[in-house]
Order: sequence, then C-alpha cells, then structure tokens
Amino acid sequence: MNPVTTMGTKTAPVEAAPAVQLSKDEILRYSRHLIMPEVGMDGQLKLKQARVLMIGTGGLGAPLGLYLAAAGVGHLGLVDFDKVDFTNLQRQVTFGTGDVGRRKVEAAQERLSNLNPAIEIRVFETMLTSANALELFRDYDIIVDGTDNFPTRYLVNDACVLSGKINVYGSIFRFEGQATIFGAPGGPCYRCLYPEPPPPGLVPSCAEGGVLGVLPGIVGSIQAMETIKLILGAGEPLVGRLLLFDALMMKFRELKLRKNPDCPMCGEKRTITKLMDYQEFCGIRGEEAASTVSVPEITPNELKARLDRGDDLYILDVREPHEYQICQIGGHLIPLGDLPRRVSELDSSREIVAHCRSGKRSADAVAFLRQAGFKKIWNLKGGILAWSDEVDPRVPKY
Amino acid sequence: MTVTVMIPTPLRAYAEKRDHVEVAAETVGEALDSLIARHGELRRHLYQDDGRLRSFVNVYVNDDDIRYLQKEATPVKDGDTVSIVPSIAGGFGG
Repeated sequence: MNPVTTMGTKTAPVEAAPAVQLSKDEILRYSRHLIMPEVGMDGQLKLKQARVLMIGTGGLGAPLGLYLAAAGVGHLGLVDFDKVDFTNLQRQVTFGTGDVGRRKVEAAQERLSNLNPAIEIRVFETMLTSANALELFRDYDIIVDGTDNFPTRYLVNDACVLSGKINVYGSIFRFEGQATIFGAPGGPCYRCLYPEPPPPGLVPSCAEGGVLGVLPGIVGSIQAMETIKLILGAGEPLVGRLLLFDALMMKFRELKLRKNPDCPMCGEKRTITKLMDYQEFCGIRGEEAASTVSVPEITPNELKARLDRGDDLYILDVREPHEYQICQIGGHLIPLGDLPRRVSELDSSREIVAHCRSGKRSADAVAFLRQAGFKKIWNLKGGILAWSDEVDPRVPKY
Repeated sequence: MTVTVMIPTPLRAYAEKRDHVEVAAETVGEALDSLIARHGELRRHLYQDDGRLRSFVNVYVNDDDIRYLQKEATPVKDGDTVSIVPSIAGGFGG
C-alpha cells in the first residue's frame, strides 16, 4: 500500500502527531467522498481520526454503525449489554438470523469489521451506568444516543454535559421520530427540552407500543448524517432544532429548541454536578412496586389446573383487537382502555382472571377492577408469554 | 380563531386515533381545553393534578416553545399550529 500525502494546503503542521494518511486501498474505498469538495481528503482524514461512541447497537444503532463504519469513521465504540433475539431482526439490520442468541456488540463488531476492516472498533459489553459512563465517554468526541429508555437517555445527556461531549440524539415511537443534537457548545441539552421524564406507565415503551421497522433506519440515518457533518464541520448541524418525523404522513417538521437559562444541568446556576441514580430519577422502582406487586396473581400452571378441573372462570383479555388476531387463549376481549366504560359487561360474582401479553396491562386492569369492587379477580402472572412457556407452547409469542 | 392542534403518536390512542383537530381558540390554553373537551382522557396525559402542564410534554405554537412565550396564555391567530410534543424514548429495545 502506498501512503499518499495530502496535497492540499491545510495539512497539520509537521511537529503535530504523526500525519494521518490514507492508504491506496482507502483512497479507492472512499473515492466518492474524496471527489466531493465538501469532504475531500481533509474531510476523509477528519473522519479517519474521529472517535464516536454509540450507545446501543439496535434499531437506531444499526444504520448508524453501518454508515459510520462505511464512511470511514476511524474509531468506533459500541456499548450494549443485550443479546440478539428474533424480535430484533424486523429492524436491527446489522444482525442476521444466525446471530440470534449472540451478544449484540460481538455480532455488530463482526459485521462492521467486515464492512470496513480499516477502522478500529472497540466493544463494551455492558449496560451504561452512572459508574462507567464518564470513563467510557473519555476516549470519544461524539456520543450517539441510540438507547430505548428514559433513564439511559438522561444518563447520556448528563454525562455528555459533564464531560463536554456532543450528544447526537434520536428517538422513535411507532411511526414517529425525533432527532437533534444536544450538548453542542452554546446549544441546549436534553434537560432543556424535557426537564423530567414521564412517570412510568404513562408512555408505552417500544416493546409495548411497537415500532415500524424502517423508522429507526431513517432516524438512525439522520443521526449518522449529523455525526458525519459534525466531524467534517460541514453544513448546518441540527443544533437548537428538534426535527420531528411522521412516517405515516411522510412529513418532517422542525421546532426551535432553546437552551434553558434555568436548566439544572447546563444552565448558569446548575444544580446537578454529578451523575445520579437514573432509575430512581425516572421512578422505575415505584412503577414495579405499584403495578406488579400489589394485585393478586395466578400462575399459568395454576390457571391450567383450575380450567382442567372445570372451574367456572371468566378469562378477561385486556389486549388490543389487533393483538387478539395474533393469538389468544380463550379470553373475552375488552381492551384496557375500554374497560372503564365496559365494566358493566363483567359479572363481579364470577371469578375472573385477567391477562395481557406480559401481565403488565392486566395488572392495571385488576387494580382498576378491584377498586371498582371486584373481589374475585386475579392477574395471570407473566401473561400470554408465560402461558406459552409454561402451559401451551403452540401459542405464539410476540 | 381556528387553529390546528397536532396530536403526537403516543397520545392518539386517547383521541380516537386522530393526528390533529381543528379548534376555535384565542390562546394556547383555550386550544388545549377544546381538545380535552372533545377527548377527555387526554387531560391526565397533558396536565398534572395541580393543573400545570406536565414537564415531559412540550407545547409549541408553530415552531416556538410556549415556555419562552406566554405559556398557556400565549395568543394564537387564525391558521396557527399548536403542537404537543411529548418525550419519547424508543430506540432499539426488544
């Protein structure tokens, strides 16, 4: 390979770190970048020297990792603690069917190294925590947030502000996405936009709410584009602007995002000076205590035994009609949201077992019905997922 | 004044799956009140028990955050768009 020196005038001074150069193979690989004046040799060398840490290698992380690796971002870090499962494959295009069961960081590293062997990829098989975030961020310049939960989002934000790193943000829900850049010099942070997270249970998660598989592809690609623009110093970065994308309407909208002078994280009188317990901040423990512990439960095996005995049980399915079409275990369908106005359809003198997919929504249903005076009511522990595992494997899991 | 209130995906379940409604209003607060009058379940998603807007729900008139205008008292004019923008966290999860 012939090292090729940059011909431009903006090369680093000789006394600086050893000049980064592109090999002949790299020049060929990146030729469609090199012939664009907006990238060129200078830009490609910036990409090669860039250090980007991706939090999450799933839906958003898939296009991100693929495009950043393909573009020649020289140092990529991947943080993920998860393993690939079948439900990931609908959107996490880094992974193949053969990767199911593998560690995500390992499968992603293999795929990205195969795509571009010329870059360095470091993997961190860990959950991002208050204990390790600052340490992990230290070796990187840009952090790309592709996580799926509020505690980690606030953690990424706070760690970025504390360590002066830029946070390229993207999030998705069903067929709607948001993207912006937080933590840029003079720009807002996530807490400027949303000082507090929603209480648990009020906003459904991806696992409950679903997501159209292409959506993270689009939003993750926007994050990749913004990351590359930041590295190149090209164009107008998405700082101070919140991009909203509605895939169903195929509409992009843009809202102004201001730095909040009273922000507890990045404002002048900041009150947050170190990382905190983000589970607690987001009230996660409270939710577990409230929704899964306090209602009477019946296990799938106990329910099966009682049904086999011929006990007169009313099975109440509180899922949505489209879920009922996927599979059902003989329940009467009243979606959780309809329960308040359809409660008269239920006979409080009968024994009732409520269920949903995982047991979470039906716990809410049981709590609601107990408040409404129902005494003989139980939640099917673990829902249809547990029923499929423990009683009838023919029932598909989703 | 007729304004369009944009309803975000996570809240459409409480608004008969609508993505927007047209309401008559002079202020942002009135526009949200009209929305809630039609879709009562939205109240607990938009407001805290003390009547304040929830801190994870931002409201914009056109592209401006009402927190930096006159909050719910921000006047609206014919053809304005009031957007409800809640925080969403989804990314990669199973």
